[in-house]
Amino acid sequence: MEWHIRADLPIYAQLIFQIKLAIVSGEYLPGERLASVRELAMDAGVNPNTMQRALQELEREGMVYTQRTSGRFVTEDTKVIESAKKHLAEDRIKDFLEQMGRLGYPKEEILSLLKASIEEEKNNADMGM
Amino acid sequence: MPTWECKNLCKRYGSVQALDDVSFTVEPGRVVGLLGPNGSGKTTLIKLANGLLTPTGGELLINGEKPGKVTRAQVSYLPDRPCLPEWMSAEKLLNMFSDFYADFQPDKAREMLEKLGIDPKQKIKQMSKGTREKVQLILVMSRKAELYLLDEPIGGVDPATRDYILETIIRNYNPTASVVISTHLIADVEQVLDDVIFINRGRVVLKSSVDDIREQQGKSVDAYFREVFRC
Repeated sequence: MEWHIRADLPIYAQLIFQIKLAIVSGEYLPGERLASVRELAMDAGVNPNTMQRALQELEREGMVYTQRTSGRFVTEDTKVIESAKKHLAEDRIKDFLEQMGRLGYPKEEILSLLKASIEEEKNNADMGM
Repeated sequence: MPTWECKNLCKRYGSVQALDDVSFTVEPGRVVGLLGPNGSGKTTLIKLANGLLTPTGGELLINGEKPGKVTRAQVSYLPDRPCLPEWMSAEKLLNMFSDFYADFQPDKAREMLEKLGIDPKQKIKQMSKGTREKVQLILVMSRKAELYLLDEPIGGVDPATRDYILETIIRNYNPTASVVISTHLIADVEQVLDDVIFINRGRVVLKSSVDDIREQQGKSVDAYFREVFRC
């Protein structure tokens, strides 16, 4: 997968976020075996201890689990994945609302703007066909 | 037991106090950045750890032992400037390293030479500055050491090689071995480090994990370093 590490946030937190995103978006499938810590660390270009810390946190949240002899796997519990997806979406919406608020839009207006944008995108997609 | 420990370490060159009351530990399995401006004491500290200099005060221990014959077998050292015999080829150097160090892995070194496109038959004399640095680093990283002391390992190489070197450090990672990288090119190495030690004018001014700095300061170690050492 593609990794993007930004300079201003803790690296382990960014790894957690990106792996979570890969799981909820289906890039990693439920029950899929993850590469080893070292391979993942090399792929992301980060320290193996940092990758280990991120995976332990994901394990604590139930997104991945370890089978002692055969490695680390994505959870098969789709409820956990759905709920992680919802949390990620809620975070995005919170950020969006905050930014729109800073631009000076009241809540009702944000909703109508959003609806208009979605309509426009739909129309564009139809025309493209 | 820490892999590397300094207790109130001091080094004086005549009237110059190069290191002043330096204390820290490097634990096994950590990748540590030794960061500081030019002339801050980084190279002095690394030379002391190799027994190339003797302290004027305090103590320095590698796996609980003072630098000497025992620790030289455990420490793999990349000097700040290349010091390979010019008349030798890379292949000859592999033989020499195999003779000197019981933990040297010639197959690993050959594989790295090939990967970086270096002809093992070419003499050091005929190599460019960057290629010499690569050969030296390959020799150092091909040992199965307990402590790697890399003094400015990425200063003179191109960005693609820099990536390969950092990848090698990650691939080489071993939970019982530690790596200490001295550099001022922080942005390039930041992602592979666990901890950083900032030194300035011979004193340790900060020791922290990379993610603690990012968490507490909201900025990269590189940006924080520029702030701490603003001229």
